[in-house]
Amino acid sequence: MITPEQAILASITVPLAGALLIALARRTPNLREGITLATATTLLACVLLLLPVVMDGARPAVSLFAVLPGLEIGFKVEPLGILFALIASGLWIVNSLYSIGYMRGNAEAHQTRFFVCFALALAATMGIAFSSNLFTLFVFYELLTLITYPLVTHHGTEKARDGGRVYLGLLMGTSIVFLLPALVFIWYVSGTTDFTSGGILAGKLDPIEIMALLALCVFGIGKAALMPFHKWLPAAMVAPTPVSALLHAVAVVKAGVFSVVKVIVYVFGIDTLSAAGATDWLVAVAGFTIVAASVVALNADNLKRRLAYSTISQLSYVVMAAALLAPLSLIGAVLHLAAHAVGKITLFFAAGAIYTAAHKTEVSQLDGIGRRMPWTMGAFTIAALSMIGLPPAVGFVSKWYMLSGAMATQHWWAVAVIAVSTLLNAGYFLPIIYRAFFVAPAHGPHDHPHGEAPLLMVIALTATAAGTVLLFFLPDVPLTLARQMLNL
Amino acid sequence: MSLASHLPALQVVIPLIAAPLTVLLRRRNLAFAVVLAASWVALAIAVLLWLQVAEGGTISYAIGSWPPPWGIEYRVDRLSAFVLVLVSGIAAIVLPYSRASIEAEVPPQQHYLFYTMFALCLTGLLGITITGDAFNIFVFLEVSSLSTYVLIALGRDRRALLASYQYLIMGTIGATFIVIGIGLLYLMTGTLNLADMGRRIAMVQGTRPVLAALAFLTVGISLKLALFPLHQWLPNAYTYAPSAVTAFLAATATKVAVYVLLRFYYSVFGGSQVFEQLPMQEMLLLLALAGMFAASTVAIFQTDLKRLFAYSSVAQIGYIMLGLSFDSQSGLTATIVHLFNHGVTKGAIFMLLGGVALKMGGTSLARVQGLGQRMPWTSLGIVVCGLSLIGVPGTVGFVSKWYLLLAAFEKGQWWLVFLIVASSLLAVAYVWRFVEAAYLREPRADTAGVGEAPWSMRLPTAVLVVATLYFGLNTAFTVGSASNAAALLMGGLG
Repeated sequence: MITPEQAILASITVPLAGALLIALARRTPNLREGITLATATTLLACVLLLLPVVMDGARPAVSLFAVLPGLEIGFKVEPLGILFALIASGLWIVNSLYSIGYMRGNAEAHQTRFFVCFALALAATMGIAFSSNLFTLFVFYELLTLITYPLVTHHGTEKARDGGRVYLGLLMGTSIVFLLPALVFIWYVSGTTDFTSGGILAGKLDPIEIMALLALCVFGIGKAALMPFHKWLPAAMVAPTPVSALLHAVAVVKAGVFSVVKVIVYVFGIDTLSAAGATDWLVAVAGFTIVAASVVALNADNLKRRLAYSTISQLSYVVMAAALLAPLSLIGAVLHLAAHAVGKITLFFAAGAIYTAAHKTEVSQLDGIGRRMPWTMGAFTIAALSMIGLPPAVGFVSKWYMLSGAMATQHWWAVAVIAVSTLLNAGYFLPIIYRAFFVAPAHGPHDHPHGEAPLLMVIALTATAAGTVLLFFLPDVPLTLARQMLNL
Repeated sequence: MSLASHLPALQVVIPLIAAPLTVLLRRRNLAFAVVLAASWVALAIAVLLWLQVAEGGTISYAIGSWPPPWGIEYRVDRLSAFVLVLVSGIAAIVLPYSRASIEAEVPPQQHYLFYTMFALCLTGLLGITITGDAFNIFVFLEVSSLSTYVLIALGRDRRALLASYQYLIMGTIGATFIVIGIGLLYLMTGTLNLADMGRRIAMVQGTRPVLAALAFLTVGISLKLALFPLHQWLPNAYTYAPSAVTAFLAATATKVAVYVLLRFYYSVFGGSQVFEQLPMQEMLLLLALAGMFAASTVAIFQTDLKRLFAYSSVAQIGYIMLGLSFDSQSGLTATIVHLFNHGVTKGAIFMLLGGVALKMGGTSLARVQGLGQRMPWTSLGIVVCGLSLIGVPGTVGFVSKWYLLLAAFEKGQWWLVFLIVASSLLAVAYVWRFVEAAYLREPRADTAGVGEAPWSMRLPTAVLVVATLYFGLNTAFTVGSASNAAALLMGGLG
């Protein structure tokens, strides 16, 4: 029987070893894809092994070595981390099935590089999820940026190169210019960067400094896509759709908001922040991002672009809910991490399936597509309901908690934002569903007969759509973990 | 006296003897063997000295048993021991690499001369570092400079001659300034021994000749270490010299010059005195920042990788001088640790580029298109070292940047913090010029069938690339030595 500590290390090393084996098996594609699936399954097993341990209240930890005094690479599994790891590793299996169908269905080049980078990206994601201090998180955060760069620029075209520049420039730029000074300053002030219940900065800084430091942190974590540093996400859409699905709807962006929540809860501490009143501006900025991104999504005809702006908006829900600092809204934030992950990955899966089967990328081309691809568009509909926040999808539950938290703390501005954005969400998702099912297909010159996408892709998107509904009825695991995080 | 007690003398004497031996032997294989043996022995001695100093403190060795301050003293303290390890270590790694590299870049009849000059250059650099005598520093400086001019002129490209000549003029001006500075100090203190000078200077502190000496030394040494705007010789020299020479010089020559500056500032003028009498702090800060931004910006627009990374060196020297301008424990630690970290990183980069020049027939950005497919390991190595120049965690560059930022925070200078990180963004820009050329462009047809460099070049290069990562994660040796040396200079440690 392996111990929790070994399971932590395995969570990082299994995807690394998987990447190596995938590279070695580059000449036999079936074996290569088999290794990807086996690696993903093993990784999920490791995380599942840790889950009951953490839910029982234990916090297994491993510390590797110190780079500088008081600055060590170490891991410690706490409720939020295990939830993030669970989401990422679980969806990796589904996404791998989908990727195999997508990459083969579209006859993409450099498939080995693609799967190697994917496995490495997951290793970096696990490192972020389990990091025991801000320094370790920063190290894996930067690695994740670098590892995903080849995935974003996968096609090697002029457009991919430009997208890659924006992607790397913004993500690396913000982390170097804002997050790194914040990290050094936190270490300088408190002599540690360990994630600690209640924070490590209590009583060490005055309110203005706390506010400035928080700004450096949340803008430095560019992966959370807070405006005005959100442009990398639409730019990253030049990547093949499986990358957009797992990385730019789940792993990378969730690493962003996950880091923001971690910093707010475990570095600053909720009490320190609310005493300093340091998050009111953040509620405003996140609220603005929610509404503004939704408005952009409303006008985007390219489906992936619309989904990208929807992601930007949904990520800011998490940031805003965390910035409200109310226990209820924080629970909502944690739950939304899971809710948005399963929902948005389904939407991207559907977009990729449409591209593979029908070669269509624009919303205006989707008239009547639901009749040809009923499973795909059915799954799309369920996930869209979750995004809008309607039952029976999990998005309803998380929005409920966030709204309750906003009302409990009498943040009427936040309540208004949630209400307006719900309308906007409906405004940009419902027309797609309407076109797909109720408008007769237009017979243009580019039209050709097609059915559903390859079976593997349909299985994947059906599974994640089922997940959105399942989590609505059984949100116990994320809820319990959220309460544990807040010591409730 | 046992052999162990003569290690300080042997450190310099062994490479010095190797030089004439190669001329007597005249056979390039024998010459290679002799200099290789000498450089490896030099590395072993440097490590032994480092261990001795770590245990027993500063070593003072009287040449010919003439006691200082009358005789020449060799003095190994924590700072010089660290620099000795760097210089001899780089030499020991570059030499095995140089064999295959110069075969392609230097006419065969001059090969033994390459090894002669390499041995002399190594002698000079080690001598500057180990000696405790001001005039001796000048002598060794000339030994290393003259051999460097020859080494650069060996380059295949005829522009190497011009580059060498340019450096000769600038280097001679620098050396002249240095000797004037030393002469003024001798005039005022009546001694050439650095430690003795440091004691006696208190009596004449603040007098005009001493200030003049300070000015002459600062300008002279700044020429040698290529402080912006005295760096004009460097890009040409690095671009047109044989690859092995560039790698060795980039990793050691400017670093030793920084060492000399630290030595004069802290051991002779007495640290804070320097910074109080003249607006040194402001001036160094300004020039360092100007170098960081101007040179990085120029680097972005280069079309040749050797030139691009040469300008990057000027920018990185800005970081080194910035640390010095703080005049604090953290700042000096940053300076000293970055000597090592940047030496290792840039040495690795220029060695990798040597392989690229050999196989791809040049290092222009147009020529290295698709390098990721042609030479995947070399290409990956350049990316790793590039990340170190940016300061990504897990590489040595991050460690240096950490201490620089810490030093800025200690001074409460937030604006400086942001200038430091902003200059890293420029590094992202020039490193990504390479990444896009190597990975996002199709290789040229005339480089079809090109593979990796020979193993004799790849192995030593790999050592330095791995060191770039290793010392980014295990900083016990580098930061330990640097912070001890900084404490020593600041007067904390005996």
